[in-house]
Amino acid sequence: MKENDNVLLEVKGLKTHFHIKDGTLKAVDGVDLVIKERKTLGIVGESGSGKSVTSQSILRIVPPPGKVEGEILLRRRKTGKNEELVDLGKLESQGKEMRDIRGGEIAMIFQEPMKAFSPIHTIGNQIMEAILLHNTRDVKEAKEIALDTLRKVGMSNPEQRLNEYPHQLSGGMRQRAMIAMALSSNPSILIADEPTTALDVTVQAQVLQLINDLKEKIGMSVIFITHDLGVIAEMSDEVAVMYLGKVVEYTDVDTLFHGALHPYTIALLQSIPSVGKRNERLESVEGTVPTPINLPKGCGFYSRCKRAKDGVCNVYDVPLVEIGENHYVRCLLVGN
Amino acid sequence: MLNYIGHRVLQLIPLLIAITIITFITIKLPPGDFLTTYIQQLKLSGNAVSQSQILSLQHLYGLDQPAYMQYLDWMKNILTKGDLGYSFGWNEPVSQVIGERLGLTMLISILTLIFVWVVSIPIGIYSATHQYSILDYIITFIGFIGLAVPGFLLALVLVYVVFVHTGVAITGLFSGHYQDAVWSMGKFLNMMSRIWLPVIIIGMSGTAGLIRVMRGMLLDELQKQYVITARAKGVKERKLLFKYPVRMAINPLISTIGWTLPAIISGEAIVSIVLNLPTTGPILLKALMTQDMYLAGSFVLILSVLTVIGTLLSDILLAWVDPRIRFGGVQE
Amino acid sequence: MNVVLNRKALPVETDQQVVYEVASQWQLMWWKFKKHKMALIAAIVLLIMYLMAGFCEFISPDVPQQRFTEYVYAPPQPIHFADKNGFSLRPFVYDMKEKIDTKTFQNHFFEDTSKKYPIYFFVKGETYKFWGLFNTDIHLFGLKDPNKPLFLMGTDQLGRDLFSRALYGGRISLSFGFIGIFLTLFFGLILGGISGYFGGVVDTIVQRMIDLLISIPTIPLWMALAAALPRDWSAVKIYFGMIIILSALGWTGLARVVRGMLLSLREEDFTVAARLAGASDWRIITKHLLPSMASYIIVSLTLAIPGTILGETALSFLGLGLQPPVVSWGVLLQDAQNLETLAFHSWLLWPAAFIVVTVLMFNFLGDGLRDAADPYK
Repeated sequence: MKENDNVLLEVKGLKTHFHIKDGTLKAVDGVDLVIKERKTLGIVGESGSGKSVTSQSILRIVPPPGKVEGEILLRRRKTGKNEELVDLGKLESQGKEMRDIRGGEIAMIFQEPMKAFSPIHTIGNQIMEAILLHNTRDVKEAKEIALDTLRKVGMSNPEQRLNEYPHQLSGGMRQRAMIAMALSSNPSILIADEPTTALDVTVQAQVLQLINDLKEKIGMSVIFITHDLGVIAEMSDEVAVMYLGKVVEYTDVDTLFHGALHPYTIALLQSIPSVGKRNERLESVEGTVPTPINLPKGCGFYSRCKRAKDGVCNVYDVPLVEIGENHYVRCLLVGN
Repeated sequence: MLNYIGHRVLQLIPLLIAITIITFITIKLPPGDFLTTYIQQLKLSGNAVSQSQILSLQHLYGLDQPAYMQYLDWMKNILTKGDLGYSFGWNEPVSQVIGERLGLTMLISILTLIFVWVVSIPIGIYSATHQYSILDYIITFIGFIGLAVPGFLLALVLVYVVFVHTGVAITGLFSGHYQDAVWSMGKFLNMMSRIWLPVIIIGMSGTAGLIRVMRGMLLDELQKQYVITARAKGVKERKLLFKYPVRMAINPLISTIGWTLPAIISGEAIVSIVLNLPTTGPILLKALMTQDMYLAGSFVLILSVLTVIGTLLSDILLAWVDPRIRFGGVQE
Repeated sequence: MNVVLNRKALPVETDQQVVYEVASQWQLMWWKFKKHKMALIAAIVLLIMYLMAGFCEFISPDVPQQRFTEYVYAPPQPIHFADKNGFSLRPFVYDMKEKIDTKTFQNHFFEDTSKKYPIYFFVKGETYKFWGLFNTDIHLFGLKDPNKPLFLMGTDQLGRDLFSRALYGGRISLSFGFIGIFLTLFFGLILGGISGYFGGVVDTIVQRMIDLLISIPTIPLWMALAAALPRDWSAVKIYFGMIIILSALGWTGLARVVRGMLLSLREEDFTVAARLAGASDWRIITKHLLPSMASYIIVSLTLAIPGTILGETALSFLGLGLQPPVVSWGVLLQDAQNLETLAFHSWLLWPAAFIVVTVLMFNFLGDGLRDAADPYK
């Protein structure tokens, strides 16, 4: 990984396995990621690729019986002493240090803001809860910070909003409130798990614009998780494509869209319907994503890959290889 | 909020009227009336009753009026004078017969309601957060027993078991001399030491049911997104358990008071008969058997009214607690 | 989910998957139900109990009215397979002799090992009418001499065999639940149905009625209604009167379920589509809506049965409703009301065990059906 950009979070060999009675479900099976300062990493994949579990693993909120292994190295904020490098994988998930980081230095926003808020507490209560945990103990100060953050996200009438309940806000306002809640503690990293999937297109555009603006203003990094390639194109600096718990392609966004090499990525790009192309069949990737349990040997994409070679692709484990400058691909048929 | 209360109270009035009518009809259903039983008894003991005596008795007890007149008289007396009528069997005004017994019924019912809630909620929470643990299985098993064994059977078996092992009959609410004594601190304490038995027996099935409901609701809520959000904010696990999913799960629980309370009052009626408690049950039974019209009718009426009031209070409580009902939502 | 193992041009569905995808709603329910072990056991136990109730005359060694005046309040006789002579495949019981305890003045029964009575199967005993249809005197098991004691559960105050009475009582108590639900089904479906489907004023009226009925505490109301049954009615009339009382008030639960389901199904796309295609209301209700609700209705009914059985038991126990000589479990428990009597003759509580098991089994069954019917599990 390039050293000239400041690396904030480095994930090495992340594995999140669920031991259930049918076998071991390997939701995340060896993922390496790098999050750099002030950069957006897009993680793209279908349902079942393990992208959400990855973000949960980073925050250590994977529900039991999930077990997280691997290194999650976070460079913590300077607090007077030298910068600290902490392995989140080694921390106690309920311990004080992890809880400080969770919601503090690393914050997360979710897909459906209506469901993400508790319906029986006011917006103010829920935002200030985060502030009181990470910024200050003083309630008055917390309220000020909350109002300030609401203004930053472009919420109209912040004083009134603080005392309202989630169902009293419109969809776009709720998403802004959720962003405010996440940003109130000035995180260094924002994890956005499909934040626009449930929104109208116009609201979606506003929210994406907002995230980009805030990224500049506050100077934070973003991990943007989605299945929408259009959004990836707009938001990301670098992209990781995930399939069956592994990163199959990792590069900067331009190379991804113009020079993708992994068969899965190529198939995804080809399946985007284009207004220009008329009277042509819609491309699709055959089959569905298998459940990551008791998988056969070899490449996970073997069963759906057009270029797959019997005897090669279904036998050997496939490593992630650096094909070009800052371009990594996990495929035996690419490169040599 | 006041609007809501006013609205609900207004809705109650036709309901209450209907209850009084149904109660009255039910009481009048058996053929004949108190007098026929009374006269029967007199005949059996060898006293003949002449026709004129019958007529004057009928007039005395107001039984010579048509049914609807009796009903209207009864209602009029209740609403204007608080007079529930006259008990033929006890030869006293109904209010005197009911008096103390009704108070005890209410006391036991309320204590049982509190018992059910205080026991079920923690157990339900534990059960949901420690699924598949040994304690969870034990709790589920006891829950099934509570569901299957009716109150009066439980009372019967318990009394039997205790009697056989200790020779003590745990029937009745007061021991020994306290029974007919005037109310005093001693009597009160004595009652408190013995009241837990009927409360537990009556509350068993309610507890079993509520534990299952609480467990189910909490399990549902624990999966929801807002719980994950709170966790992702760094809130401590125990704090977030009680602040979010438990609070949410309690709301529908409050609405269950609407049917828990009638079940408790109903269960109390029959358990009190088995345990021979000085509450409404035993008297109601006797009144029904002897067609002591006003006594039986008043009992059923008052029990129903209590239930309705209880339901109203629980609805108000629910509205107060759930902001979605208090402040309507934004129409999207 | 498909776990694709073979590499082909298109993933091939295995036969099992195809069968799964074309299985009907009922087949799916059955498969899910089979997985629920407790529910299966419950179903089998209930089946056995109903069979026993159906054949109670045949299975009981005695008839319920028969009094063994020498064996009043006799305790249950243990069945032996071996004595000092050795093991015998045929079970037997010993005779019982009475002795008065001079300290407590209570009668005690002791086994008299000098007299041995082997148990035979398909013996001749007292004549009875099988379901009131034909006379016969063959019992499933008993002693060669029907006047000798064979009391598996002891006897009562009049020397009547409790086991036989419990079986006959089972017929009454179990049938109560079963027949009662037809009334509940009828009222619940009709009233819940029109309430949910047509809405508006009709809905409000039915809702008010339901509110009314659930506001009156059940047991006092049942007591009052049961007391209203004239004493001089025949046993059959009282039986049906009781069924009407117990289940005619129980329809509210089902009506609510039906109404709730209809209200949501009414708005579903498939209903709108049917209406647009010109289907009549009746057709929509019977062909489209009812099948969606059928499984929930079945669950509701199964869970309503124990309520009816418990209700009958409670009322009979109190002396309301069914009167002797009619035998039901509740009537049998009347003998257990007296604490002193119960203390010395604990076997009088046996009917209680039957009741508890029945209710428990119905609850398990209902749970299993509910899980099987839930499409989201």
